[in-house]
Amino acid sequence: MTIQQTTASAAAEAVRELLRGHGAVAMAGAAAGNLVSQTAVTAGPVSPVVTMSAAADGTTPGTHASHGSAPVAPPSGMRVPPAAMAPRAKKRNSLLWPGIVVALAASLVLFGGKGGWISNFQYLQLSLVLVYAIAVLGLNLLTGFNGQISLGHGAFFALGAYTAAVLIDRYNVNYLLTLPVAAILCFVAGYLFGLPALRLEGHYLALATFALATAVPQILKYRHIEGLTGGVQGINLVKPDAPFGLPLSPDQWMYVIVLLMAVLMFWIGRNLLDSRPGRAIVAIRDQPLAAITMGIDTARFKATTFGISAVYVGLAGALHAIIFEYVSPDSFRFDLSVAILVGAVVGGIASLPGALIGGAFVQFIEKYADAATKQFTNLVQLPIELEPWTIYGILLIALIYVMPGGVAGGLATLIAKIKRKRSVS
Amino acid sequence: MVASVEKVGGSLGTVPGAPLLSVRSVTVRFGGIVALNGVSFDISEGHIVGLIGPNGAGKTTLFNCLSRLYQPTEGDILYKGKSILQSPPYAIAGVGMGRTFQNVALFDNMSVLDNVKVGCHSVSQAGFLKSAFGVGVGAEEARIEARARELVAFMDLLPYTDMRAGPLPFPIRKRVELARALASGPSLLLLDEPAAGLNHAEVDVLKAQIRRVRDLQNVTVLLVEHHMSLVMSVSDRVVAIDFGKKLAEGTPAEVQRNADVVRAYLGTEAHA
Repeated sequence: MTIQQTTASAAAEAVRELLRGHGAVAMAGAAAGNLVSQTAVTAGPVSPVVTMSAAADGTTPGTHASHGSAPVAPPSGMRVPPAAMAPRAKKRNSLLWPGIVVALAASLVLFGGKGGWISNFQYLQLSLVLVYAIAVLGLNLLTGFNGQISLGHGAFFALGAYTAAVLIDRYNVNYLLTLPVAAILCFVAGYLFGLPALRLEGHYLALATFALATAVPQILKYRHIEGLTGGVQGINLVKPDAPFGLPLSPDQWMYVIVLLMAVLMFWIGRNLLDSRPGRAIVAIRDQPLAAITMGIDTARFKATTFGISAVYVGLAGALHAIIFEYVSPDSFRFDLSVAILVGAVVGGIASLPGALIGGAFVQFIEKYADAATKQFTNLVQLPIELEPWTIYGILLIALIYVMPGGVAGGLATLIAKIKRKRSVS
Repeated sequence: MVASVEKVGGSLGTVPGAPLLSVRSVTVRFGGIVALNGVSFDISEGHIVGLIGPNGAGKTTLFNCLSRLYQPTEGDILYKGKSILQSPPYAIAGVGMGRTFQNVALFDNMSVLDNVKVGCHSVSQAGFLKSAFGVGVGAEEARIEARARELVAFMDLLPYTDMRAGPLPFPIRKRVELARALASGPSLLLLDEPAAGLNHAEVDVLKAQIRRVRDLQNVTVLLVEHHMSLVMSVSDRVVAIDFGKKLAEGTPAEVQRNADVVRAYLGTEAHA
């Protein structure tokens, strides 16, 4: 419960950004935030209704005087035109920056090929960043926005990966068709797991999901389904070629596919959060009891959120299997669940752009922490030998300490600070 | 926008004279403790009814029975003539009852506007699948947006529209909660100690607001309150309970004169 609460409240900044519909903007970083806020100020909502309604329903001047007690209002209790006090425009003008980010990411495809700037291995790495970003986003929806903690999302990653691998390898299904199958399977699995898990709060839910994460690799090794899963050996796949004779390498082509999927899943995530069910999801996190009295069937919404979260992670798993060309039980150990959770917290647990940062963290920092520790030891010629994960640990502690709301939350706070300074001077 | 707030008062299409809410000998036991003991009263449409009683009298227990957060051990609760005891708690908003909480239970990380939007949940339908792809939800979302903005303006909250609800001052938060409770257009509004934590001037504002809400939003109001002068001046009828039993019911003047009520509050024999 405590983890949940701290992460959720720490990410408040990011949540607020999101709920305003500016969420995806921050994807482009600090510069983006600044620009949007400028446009927002100029487009501030002007409401002639205020004065009209106040006059029409005959409120006493006292109603307005009570504004004076608010810290946001000027001290003297003097009346300020509401338009001047309205902090931000509600207008959703934030498609610009995500658009630019997507366009940049898409343009990377052009720099590959023979003698190109980006090697096939680098395309694979970029794809993995996006794959992990999708997974982290799935966990964000559950833990960050709905307040349910999961230490077992590696299980759904595995389910998605094996669904794709088994369908492609054993049944010759087209790789693209395995994605919706993995999504549906994972939704059902996530929903069913979410139903009994509803009775568990905080630590107990963490334990139940932990059990799931540890059980799944063992289940995959189970003797009687070896014909399907390949047992300990796992399944080898071959990356699909680009269709229509496109001059793209398989890695390049899969990067395109993964990018399209990432855009689709982020778009869906944003739509959801900015909708009736999305508000209900956040309401349940903030005040479960009040959410019920607003008419929200919390059990159904929590189970559905669990299912949707599993869809994200499962799709990430399926894409991972296809681009990595290999699945085995030991690729989906408990470490993976933790990696996704750490990525979510580092990026910003209740933030869409944070998921992208989290994905990069999972791919790069996790994978290279070991090498970085060795290089660091050699570089400064430390007399003692550091454990391989030392740098990773230090980095993580420092990050949580400096940016409790994750990188996305930290950037949002930073932008807010800069803006305040500007408005003062 | 303003015009739609001011619905024409009067009939709401129910049987004239029939009570909106009937509490019928409701008893609630927690283990050996009897929190409510056979309490009965009716609320007529359009009234403001005050529910008073010393601390621990069972007022909030009764409220929680009405919102189905507690299950009465005995008795029945009828809303517009139908028992609500078979409905799950989340269905109560859809039945037409809105409520606020003693300690203000806002969704702190959401904006004021979004808080009010959540209040529209029970009168909207958009599901996960349609919302995920943004298909066929535009009209309803626009309606929710309009209703929420209308109520934000109605409760004089315009300057706070896009601010996070959590850090706002307590009196403002109370108004946000009231706006949220009104969003679904309830016919009965349950207010749990609306005056708690407010100063003198703010209570006066609240009094005007409760009346305004009743008159312009066409709701019947049941309020639990400690603040005697507020209850006595704003209520059409007052129900007094103590130790889980009803002491008196009637107009504010009648209840104020009731010997049992005086005894419960002052703890001495009343000599009239």
